[in-house]
Amino acid sequence: MAWTRDQMAARAAQELRDGFYVNLGIGIPTLVANHIPAHMTVTLQSENGMLGMGPFPFEGEADPDLINAGKQTITELPDSSYFSSADSFAMIRGGHIALSILGGMQVSQDGDLANWMVPGKMVKGMGGAMDLVAGVRRVVVVMDHVEKSGAPKLLTACTLPLTGKRVVDLVITDLGVFEIDRRGAAGMTLIERAPEVSVAEIQAKTQAQFKIAA
Amino acid sequence: MAQKVFADAEAALDGVLFDGMTLMSGGFGLCGIPENLIRAIRDSGVRGLTVISNNCGVDGFGLGLLLEAGQIDKMISSYVGENKLFEQLYLSGKLQLEFNPQGTLAERIRAGGAGIPAFFTKTGVGTVVAEGKETRDFDGETYVMERALTADLAIVKAWRGDTEGNLVYRKTARNFNPMMATAGRVTLAEVEELTAPGALDKDMIHTPGIYVDRILQGATYEKRIEQLTTRPRDAARAQESV
Repeated sequence: MAWTRDQMAARAAQELRDGFYVNLGIGIPTLVANHIPAHMTVTLQSENGMLGMGPFPFEGEADPDLINAGKQTITELPDSSYFSSADSFAMIRGGHIALSILGGMQVSQDGDLANWMVPGKMVKGMGGAMDLVAGVRRVVVVMDHVEKSGAPKLLTACTLPLTGKRVVDLVITDLGVFEIDRRGAAGMTLIERAPEVSVAEIQAKTQAQFKIAA
Repeated sequence: MAQKVFADAEAALDGVLFDGMTLMSGGFGLCGIPENLIRAIRDSGVRGLTVISNNCGVDGFGLGLLLEAGQIDKMISSYVGENKLFEQLYLSGKLQLEFNPQGTLAERIRAGGAGIPAFFTKTGVGTVVAEGKETRDFDGETYVMERALTADLAIVKAWRGDTEGNLVYRKTARNFNPMMATAGRVTLAEVEELTAPGALDKDMIHTPGIYVDRILQGATYEKRIEQLTTRPRDAARAQESV
């Protein structure tokens, strides 16, 4: 049985470690915040200029001066801090953020990521995604295994414009988890499967070459 | 003594606008945008603008007003997904667009204000962003050269400011405003509260007044929220909606 969005987020939360500074992308990655273990201190960075992102405000208490990178109203915590976007991306580019969890459209077996543009269709912009994948020490992509059309998203090479080359360390899909040796030559390895999902099913839905360790 | 304080946005803009100019506008989404100055620029009718701003407002608010009035020729931004008119104008060829990664955009502006003509970054290497740009290897990694950005006019929004132009921002409304304040040949700041000298804590100034040529207290602040997200007061359910 394929994992649900929430189960994918819970799996991504297993990548967190005590004391980590983490940046969560929009969509399923945002749900990871719900799965931070109670005994663990994880500080969430919002790339518009905040460390220590708190939960959504109570009704009637939203502050227009306090939003996250998805433009959602949020709250501060006792130890939060604010800074400019230049300082924020210095943090990101400078390798001070331990982990980035973000969504993806396509990932290649070498760790290339495409998640910002569909030529002729989607004109939104990359926002901070290119900076995050270039600067954050470990990059985890959470996405559906295939497109709505059934087309594979794990590919030998991305066909969409790239967000970054050799940037992805781990991919969590609804069918399984893949490790990518983006700094070396070992390629992609299937390390976990969702319950009752067979290797054959994953192979049928994956264009990328991968080794099997699960 | 040079007088920096102006009565309103229209007065502050007197003599600084011209067709074909480059304009930097602070804010992230609709958070921390100089909404009074944007309205006054719309009313001025200035055209052919190149606008440097992380986003382009929404339909009917913020920089969306200048877009609707046909005053913008080109945008330099990182994300414009909240604006339907933008997409239409771009896809029909009526608007030029240069996408920058958000951190590269922020740093290009910071560099512009700091007198640094260019810098090297890992961001965008191997993507369309690096096409046609110089690359160079440092310590075994490839970096792309990005040029600094300055503007004929920068408009920024702060929470409080004094008559010298010292500025204090509030929460995440700071975003691009501090860098843009440094990168305008002329910088105009609008504030929610204009204070007397001495009212701001000198250790807590985010933008020193040297960067600000003119300052005004905004007449009105709508401070529109783009994505209102809240959680119920019921503590048991509150956990779910983070």
